[in-house]
This record gives sequence, structure tokens and C-alpha cells, in this order.
Amino acid sequence: MKPQDVYFVDGVRTPFGKAGEKGVYWNTRADDLVVKAMIGLLERHPDLDLTAIDDVAIAATTQQGDQGLTIGRTAGILAGLPQSVPGFAIDRMCAGAMTAVTTTGSGIGIGAYDMVLAGGVEHMGRHPMGFDADPNPRFLAEKLVSPDALNMGNTAEKIHDRFPHLTKERADAFAVGSQQKAAQAYKDGKIQKDLIPVSAATAEGWNLVTQDELLRPDSTVEGMKDLKTPFRPHGKVTAGNASPLTDGATIALLASGDAVKKHNLAPRMKMVSFGFAGVEPEIMGIGPIPSTEKALEKAGLTIDDIGLFELNEAFAVQVLSFLDHFGIADDDERVNKYGGAIAFGHPLASSGVRLMNQLSRQFEEHPEVRYGVTAMCIGLGMGGTVIWENLNYGGK
Amino acid sequence: MERFQPLLQDTDEIITHSYVRDIKLASGKTLALITLDNGQDHTRPNTLGPHTLLEFAGKLDELKQRAKDKEIHGVAVTGKPYYLAAGVDLTKVQGLQDRHSGRLIGEMGHWALDKLSDLGVPSFVFINGLALGGGLEVALNADYRTVNRAAPAIALPEIFLGLIPGWGGAYLLPNLIGIRNALKVMLENPLKQNRMLKPDEAFDLGIADAIFDSSRFLEQSIDWADQVLGGKKIKRKNQPGAVEKATIWGPAVSIARSMVEEKLGKVPLAPYRVLDLLGAAKSGTKQAAFEREDQAIEDLSAGDQFRASIYAFNLVQKHAKKPQGAPDSKLAKPVTKVGVVGAGLMASQFALLFLRRLEVPVVITDISQERIDKGITYITEELDKLVAKGRLSSDDRNRYVGNLSGSLEYAAFADCDWVIEAVFEELKIKQEVFAAIEKVVREDCILATNTSSLSVDEIGKALSKPERLVGFHFFNPVAVMPLLEVVRADKSNDESVATAMKVARSLRKTAVITSDSAGFVVNRLLGFLLGEAMRAVDEGASFEKVADAIAPLGLPMNPFDLLELVGLKVGAHVLDSMHAFNQDRFYASENLHKLAEYGKLLERDGKGKIKGYDKKAIDIVGNSSNGGRSAEEIFEAVNVGLAKEIKLMLDEKVVHLPEDIDLCMIMGAGWPFHLGGITPYLDRSGASEKAFGSTFHTPMIIGVRD
Repeated sequence: MKPQDVYFVDGVRTPFGKAGEKGVYWNTRADDLVVKAMIGLLERHPDLDLTAIDDVAIAATTQQGDQGLTIGRTAGILAGLPQSVPGFAIDRMCAGAMTAVTTTGSGIGIGAYDMVLAGGVEHMGRHPMGFDADPNPRFLAEKLVSPDALNMGNTAEKIHDRFPHLTKERADAFAVGSQQKAAQAYKDGKIQKDLIPVSAATAEGWNLVTQDELLRPDSTVEGMKDLKTPFRPHGKVTAGNASPLTDGATIALLASGDAVKKHNLAPRMKMVSFGFAGVEPEIMGIGPIPSTEKALEKAGLTIDDIGLFELNEAFAVQVLSFLDHFGIADDDERVNKYGGAIAFGHPLASSGVRLMNQLSRQFEEHPEVRYGVTAMCIGLGMGGTVIWENLNYGGK
Repeated sequence: MERFQPLLQDTDEIITHSYVRDIKLASGKTLALITLDNGQDHTRPNTLGPHTLLEFAGKLDELKQRAKDKEIHGVAVTGKPYYLAAGVDLTKVQGLQDRHSGRLIGEMGHWALDKLSDLGVPSFVFINGLALGGGLEVALNADYRTVNRAAPAIALPEIFLGLIPGWGGAYLLPNLIGIRNALKVMLENPLKQNRMLKPDEAFDLGIADAIFDSSRFLEQSIDWADQVLGGKKIKRKNQPGAVEKATIWGPAVSIARSMVEEKLGKVPLAPYRVLDLLGAAKSGTKQAAFEREDQAIEDLSAGDQFRASIYAFNLVQKHAKKPQGAPDSKLAKPVTKVGVVGAGLMASQFALLFLRRLEVPVVITDISQERIDKGITYITEELDKLVAKGRLSSDDRNRYVGNLSGSLEYAAFADCDWVIEAVFEELKIKQEVFAAIEKVVREDCILATNTSSLSVDEIGKALSKPERLVGFHFFNPVAVMPLLEVVRADKSNDESVATAMKVARSLRKTAVITSDSAGFVVNRLLGFLLGEAMRAVDEGASFEKVADAIAPLGLPMNPFDLLELVGLKVGAHVLDSMHAFNQDRFYASENLHKLAEYGKLLERDGKGKIKGYDKKAIDIVGNSSNGGRSAEEIFEAVNVGLAKEIKLMLDEKVVHLPEDIDLCMIMGAGWPFHLGGITPYLDRSGASEKAFGSTFHTPMIIGVRD
């Protein structure tokens, strides 16, 4: 085996839908979502030799029912991939798709793979977070984690506790900014081109879902002020400054340098390094800080080398903690240019590839930028970061 | 619309609703998508009744207005998951009490579906799933069609049920895909045991303009429609032009007509009506064509054959699944190893079927190693042929060959749960075989005999446990014929019969339980019919005269063709054993034995096609003078005789219901749907009344009488 470069060639996703009975995907299976995304991605590369795909990694947090049964393999069969193409399932909660990319990317990096599909799916309507989980009683009995660690909203409140200067007002302002940037990106047609429309059965006939369902472009700080704080009385985390419960799937095509040449692919970015790190579970939202430091160190870069950031907005305050740590302004224009999970939604295990796809599109628009970061927090106190190099970079 | 009021009186229709949603297309245009959905689960297909059509037409009227207002750029129709629509609800058509209502069904369908051709914007139907009859005609009335590669079946099966495609199909289809293809879809396929099209075939024929895989069928269809709206040109290679209409159209219909005459005779009405409509479809206006369809629907839906066909369809689809007199299926014993006595052709066919369907070890025995080897070679070669045809995987072939063994000793049956014999049809031999087998098999092993003419109780007399013996009567060819007569002898116990029924189901046969009586059902009635034919011949009537005399029944084969098919010797044996059962009612013919000795009855050309009757055969029976009773008398004797015999069979409880008789004759002797088997015909022809002063069915299964 020989070490080789890892390229992000292309990525797509389904439009994201509201989780639950009122959402567009209530009657649509989770595996069908990722299968449709997979076929939609492959349709964009009609000449691709499918037998050359070395593996398919699909992440899901709740690996049961229509998200179970080794979904990377089942999805490949359902999508009509050749039987010779294997597949597997991945779980690292919110960073599932990111881990699918880093794991299969690592396989390319050591020369074991040349071309892979990596993505994720989460139907939070059919699989509510933590449903049927059976945490070991020792977690609480031996105080291994605080009871707050298992409730993501509580972990976000904890960030406000630890960093009192990250106020609710700042969080709300950041959230409104996310909604506005997403609306603008939609207006400019930047999001739609990587969405795979999904036909969804409803009690009143078939629907074609062509855009994200959860966008709230008209949000204002004023309007958010009095939203309920479901996680604690007089708290700071609301439905306005958190990502909503979401259904959706994402998938990306990664390739080695050889495969890029052989299959005549046009990659958009190159993997530079990645890092995962752990923090106290009850304040998991700060996880991306150490994971990013780790990834920067491995890449031999500093935060100042990074020209674009795609940070998953599980909670506004959690992104603010990252920006605050690295001395970046709340409204820095390098950050989440198209908006983030607060606007689009956060279907846990699928979000990682959405970040990468948006970063790769921003790279196209910004040849002056050389490096970008995708980072996200992960339940039970973790963070994940991947650093990417812009293949459109034209030098300074 | 006022004129459809009589149809709308029906209030218990399961309405298939038309849900409309605007779909924003990638081009920015808007497609109004209608989903047909009856709100039932996936076991209940959409059907198209009057209220459904009314709602559909109403939605199309609204969309026409919206198209005019430039709000929408196209209209598409698709169905709920797995179904476009399975056509008109036939139980409703069957219940119509007057001719006019039948015509209204035709007219209302035309009125509603034709709106798809007059929206002011292009119309599409996305055939997402099952599309049968009127369901497919919804698609044919639109401008463009796509089809899902996973749709289970696409067909216009109407003539199978005694109707015609009457919502535009008989005109639109030939004008879309050409006359030859239309004949295939509307005539040839329904006559081949109601064969249906796979989506790829429908696409190749030109019924659909595009085909997509199921995973993103709707998404891709919508995208394709967007391209068509944007000016994409659609080529239809099979669409007939002026040349086809001027040259091959007429001759193609004529050829098909002679094919039908040869195959079915002139009794069934629907195939000829379809031929008339297809012949006329090459010219004239759509309006005139639709009126011809309306008239055909009126005539056929009021007719006897349609009602009999629906009756027969329900027998095969529903009645067959609930066998009369079957013991609790829980009593059935698991069958994990099968023994077959004999390695001859019949026994080898059994072994092959058990290997493939039960997928358990099968052991065959015979009197010499040579015969056993021959049987095993035959079975292995048959399996290899299936592999070569791609109908069996080589893994499964290896499994079945590995499951097959032969032995000279009955001891090999020691661990069998089920042993069936196919030895020579002689009571003493069968008794000896079973007595010997009983010594080696387990206490609870079920024994089955394939006898067609001996008493199962008699065969069981040599057994110490006769309750374990059942009759299990196959029809030849074993792999093809769907019927099994499971014979419950007086001594047979519930466990044995339940096991036999379960085995029959595993073999994918339709099983009917009969009592232990001569000829059971099929051979008793065929024996009677063939006996009457030979009686007439022996009286001096020519073969032609007898065949013609019986032709109005509309059987798939005349008695002499049938005799030669089953073998003259077998035929003579059946007649003899029925005659032995009752000499007054069943005729045995010495002449038939002579013909069997001689070897043939029919004259054939080089290709084996029947040309007429063999000269020598005519000499042997001496019927060249064509004497005897008149054709009418012969026919009357057959009809009334059949009615009497069936009444006796029901009184004797050979089977429980006339429905069981009809099911047997349809599945075991290929008697046609349009007769409803036989009893509906005997009722309405008056034979039942003459035979026993009543009818088999009350009310009779009969069309509208004005």
C-alpha cells in the first residue's frame, strides 16, 4: 500500500425535513432517504464505473429498524450498486457522516481504497434521540457523567453557565444571522444545486420535496426573545437558537489521486488532516475546540491559516464558544457563509457531509482561500474537525 | 353529468380519491400532480368506480381552468405506492341490472379519462405500479407515459373476463403501438392464461415513453416531464403511420381472427368483439371509436359470458383458497422427507416436483437398479434444463440433486413422513405395495395413492392403519396442471387429509377434496362426455358431426382431440372403469379399444397440425355414413346428462358445492371461464331444469334479460 491524497469529489443531500408527524418525511423510510441521495449523487456521474467503488460507509445514530441492518450495505443494495461493492454502518452520533468521511478517507490515505461513498442519515421523527437507549447505571451511580450529559439542551445551558459573557442575546443574534444567511444562499441558488429532490408519500398524495422545510427566514431577535426555554426555567437555550429536530440524509464521493485521474473526476477539495477529541460530557458543545486544535497541529497550521469555517450549529452558544476561544467575531464573514444547522436543521449523523459540501462550494467561490475547517460537537462530550485544502486556490 | 346519476346511486364504493399537489419543477414551471389513492392499505389496489371518476373529472376540470390561467404548465397522474389502478371494480359491473347502466359505465369512463387529452397543457401518467384494464386506460388517455421498472404487472386483461378494454384502450392502444403489438396486449396475452406485461416489455412495445428504476421513479418521471415541457422530443417507433394502416392492419386482424377461431371456436364473444374494435380503430374519429366501445361494453356487460367469467374468476381467486371440507390446517404434519414408489415417468415427475417445491430429501424405489438409475437420470436432466433456461440456480440444482436418492428396498422409506405411489393401476398390486411399505415406515407416516380409477378404501384394506391413506390425484403433465384431487376415503383421518392439503399447497396446486368415488370429479365428467361422444360415433355419426354437435359448449378441445391428447388407451381405460361403476350412465366403446390398438384417430400434417380424421380410423369405427341421432339430440343428451351427473355427485357428496365442480373442471380440464366451468351454463341452457327440475345456482349466474 502506498500513502495517497484524499479528495472530496462531490456531495449531495436530501432536503431536510421537520421531524415528527407534521414533517414532510413522516411516511418516508430513513433508508429510502439515503438511497435516494446515493442514486442522486451517482446520477451526477453517469460514466462512473460503479464496480470501482471500494466501500460504502453510512452513519446513523440510532441503528435500529430502517436505520439498522448495516445500513451502508443495505443502502448499496437498494440503490442498485453492484453486489461486489461492500458497505458498513458507522455511529459517532452527530459526527456520524464526518466519521464516515474520515474513516473511509483514512482508508484512501493508506492506499487501501481508491473510491468510496460516505454519508449519513437520521430520521429523528422515526428515531427520536436516545430512544430505547440503555445507559449503564454506573454512569450515574458512580457519577461518571452528570445527569445533564444525556440531554443535549442541558449541555448547551452549561456553556452559558461556564461562559457568562456568551449571553442569550448573542446566541439569538447569531441564530438570526444563520437564518438570514441561509435565506440569502437559497436566493442565490447556492443550496438547491446540491439537493436531491425526494418524492414523499402523504395522506393526500405524493409530494416532491425540493427544499429544506425548517427554514425561518423571517426570524428576528425581537421575535426570539420570549421563546420558551424548555431545558430549565429562565434558561437561555430556546427553539430559536438551537438546531431543530430533523430528518435527512447526505452522501459524498471521495477518491484517491489515482482514481481522480482514472475516472476523470473533478474534485473540489483535499483532506489535510482531521482530529477528534473528548471533553466533559455535560458540556459537550465545546468539543470542537480541542478537536480543531488537534487537527491544526497535525496539519502544521494555525487558526490564522483558515479562511473558511463550516461549523455545525447544534446550538448557537456552542458555536460562540468556539469563536470566542479562537478570537473570532460572532459575525465573522468567514464563518458559515450559507447559514447553518439552526436554519437547515441537524439530522444528527448526516450533518457532517452537509458541512463539507457547503465548504467545497464556498471554496469554488473563494480561490483566494487555501484552507477551510469543518467542525462539529458530538454527544457525550466530543468534538470532530476536518481541515480541507481548496483545490481552486490560486495563490496569494 | 346528469346522465350518470343512475351509476352514482351506489353509495358503498370505495372511492379512489384524486389528490392534487403543485410540484415546482427545476425549470421553474409548475406541474399539477394528481395522486390516485383509495386510502386503503397495500393489499387493496385503487379501483375506478363512478364516484372515483366523478372526482377525477372534477379535478381535471379545475386544472384545465388553472392551465388556462397559466398557473400550471402540465398535469401528471400517478398512484399510491405500488398501484396506479387495478381498473374498474368488476363486482359493481356484475351487479348491474340493466343494459343501459353497462353502457353508462363505458360512457362515464370515456367522459372522465378523455379530459386528459383536453387540458390545454400536456398530460402525463406516471405508471408507478400495477396498471390493469381501466387503470392502464387512464395512462393511454394521457399525452405521455412513464413506467416504473418495478411495477408488478401491466395489462388489458378484459377479454379474459368476457369484456373489452372500453375506456379508449381498443382505439388508443393500436394507434400508439401498432396493430400487431395491440393484438398481443389485448388478445394474445389474455388468452395465454391471462399473461401480463412486465414494465420493460411495456416500454419496448411503446406503451410508455420512458422507464425508470423504482428508487427514484417519481423524481425522475417529474424531471422527465419537465424536459418534455421544455421541448424534449419524444420518438415513438411503434406508432403506426399511414402505410401500416393501409397495408398490414387489416390482414393482421384477419390472421388473429383465424387464430382465435382455431384456438377457441366461435362461442366466446369478447375476443371477436375486440377484433372488430381493433379492425375499426385504424380509421375514423376517436369519438366514433369511443361510441363503438360503449356499445361493446353495453352488450358484453349485460351478457351471460361476462357473468360466468366473473364467477369463474372468483372461484379461482377466492373459492380455491378456502377448500370445502378441509380439516383444521393445524392438524397437518410436517413433511421433512418424501418417498416415491416407482421410478417410471409419472413417479419421476412426482419426485421432481417434490424436490423443487418441498425442498426436502426424496427417495425413489423401484424393482431394478436400472429403472432407478433411469429415473434419477431423468430428474437430473430436467433440473439441468431448468438451469440452462435460467429458471433454477445451480446452487439449488445441486441441493435438489443432493436431496435425491434411489433404493431397491422400501426400508429407505423408514424416516419418510409422506410416501406416494405411482405403480401400475391394479388394485392387488397397490394393496401389496402399501402393505409392504407399512411394515417399514414410521407409525405416523402418511401414505398417498395417485390412483385415478380405483377405490382408495379398497386399496387401504391391506393396511393395518388405513386411516393414514389418502388419494392424491395429479393431472398430466404433473408440473403444469394446477389441480389436485385430494381423495378422502371413508377411513382417512383428519391428520392425513390436512397433511395432504398442506402438501398440495406447498406444491402450489389447487386442491379440491373429493369423496372416494369413481373418477372423483374430473374423470367422471370427462368420462361421461367422452363416452357420449363415442356413443354417438358408435351409432354411426361422423367424428365431425359429433365434434360440431358439442361445439356450442365452447370447450377448449373437441372430444376426439382430447382423446388423442390423453392417449387413446388411457381414454378407453377411463371409459371402461366408469362403465364398470355404472353401466347405465357411462358408455364404454369397443371401437375406442380398436382405435387404441390401431394407435391414432387424427390425421396430421408434417408439423403435427391436425388436418382431419384418419381414414383408417374412420374405417375401423365405420362411421363414414354419418348416421345416428341428429346433432341437436346428441348435444341435448350431453347437456342434460352432465346436469344429471353433477346433481348426483352433489347428492352423493363427492364434493360439497357446484362451485367445487366448476373449479375442478376449470383447473383440471381447462374448461373455459365463459362457461363458468359448467354449472352456470347448464342452468341457463335449461339442462338443469330438464335434468332435475331446478338449477344449481339461485339466482342463476346469468346476464341481463330484456
